[in-house]
Amino acid sequence: MTVLDALGHPFFANAMLAGTGIAAACGLVGYFLVLRAQIFTGDALSHVAFTGALAALAFGLDPRIGLFAATIAIAVLMGTLGRKGVADDVVIGNIFAWILGLGVFFLTVYTTSRSTANGSAGVTVLFGSIFGISSNDAVTAAVVGATVCVLTVALARPLLFATLDPAVAAARGVPVRLLGLGFLALVGACTAEATQAVGALLLLGLLAAPAGAASRLTTRPYRALGLSVVLAVADMWAGLGLSYAVPMLPPSFAIVAVAAGVFAVVLAGSAARGRTRTAVA
Amino acid sequence: MLLADTLGPSWNIITDIQELWSFPFMVNAFRAGSVIAVAAAVMGWFMVLRKQTFAGHTLAVVGFPGAAGATLIGVGAAYGYFAFCVVAALVIAAIPRGGQGDYGHESAATGTIQAFALACGFLFIALYKGFLNGVNALLFGTFLGITDDQVLVLLGVTTVVLVVMAALGRPLLFASIDPTVAAARGVPVRALSVMFLVLLGAAVAEASQITGTLLVFALLVMPAATAQTLTARPALSLALSVAIALAVTWLGLGAAYYSVYPIGFFVTTIAFIPYALAQLVRRGQRVRHRRTQLAGSSA
Repeated sequence: MTVLDALGHPFFANAMLAGTGIAAACGLVGYFLVLRAQIFTGDALSHVAFTGALAALAFGLDPRIGLFAATIAIAVLMGTLGRKGVADDVVIGNIFAWILGLGVFFLTVYTTSRSTANGSAGVTVLFGSIFGISSNDAVTAAVVGATVCVLTVALARPLLFATLDPAVAAARGVPVRLLGLGFLALVGACTAEATQAVGALLLLGLLAAPAGAASRLTTRPYRALGLSVVLAVADMWAGLGLSYAVPMLPPSFAIVAVAAGVFAVVLAGSAARGRTRTAVA
Repeated sequence: MLLADTLGPSWNIITDIQELWSFPFMVNAFRAGSVIAVAAAVMGWFMVLRKQTFAGHTLAVVGFPGAAGATLIGVGAAYGYFAFCVVAALVIAAIPRGGQGDYGHESAATGTIQAFALACGFLFIALYKGFLNGVNALLFGTFLGITDDQVLVLLGVTTVVLVVMAALGRPLLFASIDPTVAAARGVPVRALSVMFLVLLGAAVAEASQITGTLLVFALLVMPAATAQTLTARPALSLALSVAIALAVTWLGLGAAYYSVYPIGFFVTTIAFIPYALAQLVRRGQRVRHRRTQLAGSSA
């Protein structure tokens, strides 16, 4: 099997196109989540994505409308509940546990009320189906991914300042709270987008693993940001290739497994060097 | 769909309970639910106090690959739940922890463990090619078909968890509220934290068998957070947490019996209502407090 062989199949080319956009966005957004210690927010939003998609299906809408509406709205809500646009973990936990419960309700509504219902819709939303993505959807996913990337890069400098030293940033006139909310909205969009590729339950791997690895490898923020994107895209490509080569492995599993493997190697490496890492934050 | 189309509640509490308990499976569901609610409320209370909600949530979802893997190799799902949750607790406890600012790195590792565990669960299901209703039951819970033996196992685990917690409770409370001072006073903070995560794993593993791995977190976090919002006194809020969890579980079971919707939806929604009310009341009090302070200072 060669790479060109694989790319000759439309389903694989579509998956690569969508996957690259999604992975790059997850790498960028994920690094800020790690730096701001907001990984749990990403976790919560991934569960919100499940409810959003199922609610849209239950009402007979395109699941993507529900995905984006739910994740962005809840992301901003979580930001407004906390001071400085950062919510308390316990508050987040309570909200998303309930929203997930609502998701189960919509799943039941969908599977029992619609005669054309696809019985495995819930599983698809939870675990993704990137090899089933159509070429139109792949282009949309790549465009949305690129937009999230551009916006994150545009916000990167003030956001970095506001993350590392919120008090000084506020004193210098940086709108810390507004930036926090804007960033959460970007996380929401990124989550909604990634749900279509790796599923609501597994996208946390794409947000956390490349960013975690990058921040272990270097303490310089911009280099780590770039590294996080490179790692995320590489994880995505390797995962898709692995899943193509070994059809037994579902693509979502392969992508997350590669990402977790890379992270584990980096952790082991930095532990072996015994270097006392100075925390970035 | 169970019975719901033919029977509705009579809204006479006594007759309804008599009817519910005339079915052995409902009696077992109430027994198992009560046992689980107590364990989840106690462990969840400490989890919220220690601000380990993310670790707790990760432990909660790790049960899913455990159960799926056990089904794949053909052993009882309960073994899978306990094995995976306890091992995951040890792995999370082994994540090196730095100072305050290191929380981001620590949570990146926790998040990766969680995503990888769920991915494994998905792989096991893909390999098993079983029917999909099984997946939904693992994720979102079922209260049907709980056997007497299962109730006994759950009771045994809860008893062990509660006995150990009774022994660890005081030092753990100290270590949770002020780790630095506790360490200085010779409390083994690190060992306590590992023990706590393992116990949390065990409690989560048993609760997941009924609430499902995605919703067990609700039973851990909601009653505890409500109780801690309402009172700052440890003993009182611990008792309140258990009471809320029991009430939520019983109401959830009753509601699930009479409707087509899954128990997970009722448990999470019924548990969220008191939490939301408690939060609103406290926020209102805080605003009023601030206003009176302002009025006092300007006068």
